[in-house]
Amino acid sequence: MKDDHKGAPRTMPIQSATFSNPVNAEIRRAAATGIYDIRGGGAKRKLPHFDDLLFLGASMSRYPLEGYREKCETSVTLGTRYAKNPIELDIPITIAGMSFGALSGGAKEALGRGATLAGTSTTTGDGGMTNEERGHSNKLVYQYLPSRYGMNPDDLRRADAIEIVVGQGAKPGGGGMLLGQKISDRVAEMRNLPKGIDQRSACRHPDWTGPDDLEIKILELREITGWKVPIYIKVGGARPYFDTTLAVKAGADVVVLDGMQGGTAATQDVFIEHVGQPILACIREAVRALQDLGLHREVQLVVSGGIRNGADVAKCMALGADAVAIGTAALIALGDNDPKWEADYNALGTTAGAYDDWHEGMDPAGITTQDPELMARFDPIEGGRRLNNYLKVMTLEAQTIARACGKSHVHNLEPEDLCAVTLEAAAMAKIPLAGTDWYPGKPGTSY
Amino acid sequence: MQVIDMETVALRELNETLHAQTDTTNQTKWVIDNPKGAHAIACGLDAPIEVTVKGSTGYYCAGMNKQATINIKGSAGPGVAENMMSGTVVIDGDASQYAGATAHGGLLVIKGNASSRCGISMKGVDIVVHGNIGHMSAFMAQSGNLVVCGDAGEALGDSLYEARLFVRGSVKSLGADCVEKEMRPEHLTLLADLLERAESDAKPEEFKRYGSARQLYNFNIDNAY
Ligand SMILES: Cc1cc2nc3c(=O)[nH]c(=O)nc-3n(C[C@H](O)[C@H](O)[C@H](O)COP(=O)(O)O)c2cc1C
Repeated sequence: MKDDHKGAPRTMPIQSATFSNPVNAEIRRAAATGIYDIRGGGAKRKLPHFDDLLFLGASMSRYPLEGYREKCETSVTLGTRYAKNPIELDIPITIAGMSFGALSGGAKEALGRGATLAGTSTTTGDGGMTNEERGHSNKLVYQYLPSRYGMNPDDLRRADAIEIVVGQGAKPGGGGMLLGQKISDRVAEMRNLPKGIDQRSACRHPDWTGPDDLEIKILELREITGWKVPIYIKVGGARPYFDTTLAVKAGADVVVLDGMQGGTAATQDVFIEHVGQPILACIREAVRALQDLGLHREVQLVVSGGIRNGADVAKCMALGADAVAIGTAALIALGDNDPKWEADYNALGTTAGAYDDWHEGMDPAGITTQDPELMARFDPIEGGRRLNNYLKVMTLEAQTIARACGKSHVHNLEPEDLCAVTLEAAAMAKIPLAGTDWYPGKPGTSY
Repeated sequence: MQVIDMETVALRELNETLHAQTDTTNQTKWVIDNPKGAHAIACGLDAPIEVTVKGSTGYYCAGMNKQATINIKGSAGPGVAENMMSGTVVIDGDASQYAGATAHGGLLVIKGNASSRCGISMKGVDIVVHGNIGHMSAFMAQSGNLVVCGDAGEALGDSLYEARLFVRGSVKSLGADCVEKEMRPEHLTLLADLLERAESDAKPEEFKRYGSARQLYNFNIDNAY
């Protein structure tokens, strides 16, 4: 044998964990285009989340309720603080605000149909209220956004609630975007903008700054709507204790808190992945703010950001929320990212489940588009049926867990019903680590 | 003429009474006494009535107005005539920040000066200011006309879309993407009409026109390769 090291084991090629393939691909993309990556959806990185919490269930020390037979209530009333007509929902799962423009008219109609069948509310979004949406939504929340696109007193008065959007979990501190491809004639007209431009929605409201002004803004909105409908304030998961406190001070009936996993129609990837707190870290802080004000349950808390199933819903309830909102999950229920369009996703250079270029308006499922041909692929009636089914399953799942914990209403779930399987989740949710009675930062402990 | 004295009538009752007026009301003239800077006076009106407010108002007077003609015989607080849809709002004194913010239609006349962010995000309204306007006015203004008979503050028309701005005096600075534009005959005609309706004796020829350079309308992408 020759002594030239031939055949000796070579160093194995090792990919860098820091300069991973996706990281390098993004550097190449940035170098080629000179623009940051814009995309839809929520944070894709792994974050401490509801999966890191578990329910304990009943045993010797707790008494469960019988699976299908014993009553387990799911209804919730939102807006009991000041509104003459609070919103009464059969289930604690609402449909989050998603703009017409980002979504097609048919998709908005399907959300209204599904929500109505399930006995819950849906929400407009940036871009105003469409007739399809109003017509098919029994309970419709009208968003009051910095852009004020399509904002008018008639729609304000035909809304069942008003949601003042201060921030969104995907981009606390950022404004909206709708790229030119999606500004159809109808969208352009509703927004009073030229067709085909890349349109940004402001990140600040044009006529108030800070909670003292907002209090007066809320007075105006209540005067215009005769104090009838609840006023929600939506904030991104940034500083939940203070944001909740100030929202309540400004006069909110309901606080909507959206964690960083929350979806968006189009935002810079750097924003989606690097700004805001995971929803798991936000809920207890918001509840603490409400408790400190003596207003927990009187000002309702709606939370969102990566909610996918009945277990997530039940965990939110146990942490003290009154209801949840879903965006991304509702779109998936409608048919977004369905593998049945795999060939079309491949043609767009992606694959089912990973498609997030919603801003480009080429959605094979016909949901996040304004292209008439693609829109024709989507059936709003079928979409509504699917959403209703999905909401029903989530509700049944949440009830199953609540009964197993011995609760006759999902709102009776409590932190004591939970344990955490990671230290991070234990610290963020202030839930004891499994097998212990301790979480980091627990009062009375020094670590 | 109907008189409502805010010394004795609460804001809620005042607005409720005004909201109860319909297109066919016979009670077309209203006077509000003692406004004393209260907020949200006469907001959300939707009837062809004339309302005279005898004094100064707080935030959001005439907010979201439709059809009504509202005359403030004093100065107006922030957000006067915000999101107005139609009708006319005339302020005899000065207006605070965000006058006419996001307004879609109608005519807003400010006989004194307007503070910062006048016409911010305006969406079709006509605004005529007899005096000066403050900084960041017409920020992200989408459409409509802003006429300033005096001077404009810093960053006029920043990130402007299709709104037209006419200024008679000096402009401290123009905001991003806002440029001076040629005054064409149709603009002089438009200006003459607005000045007349706003009871200003300024001459259209004395104004300069500003608008969007439209350089921010699309993201700047390097498609070289
Ligand atoms: C397509 C799409 C459009 C959205 N548009 C809006 C909007 O117009 N206004 C708003 O406040 N939030 C908007 N959101 C955020 C949702 O209201 C909600 O906060 C978020 O989707 C919740 O997180 P989830 O998607 O993980 O359920 C949008 C989200 C998506 C997915």
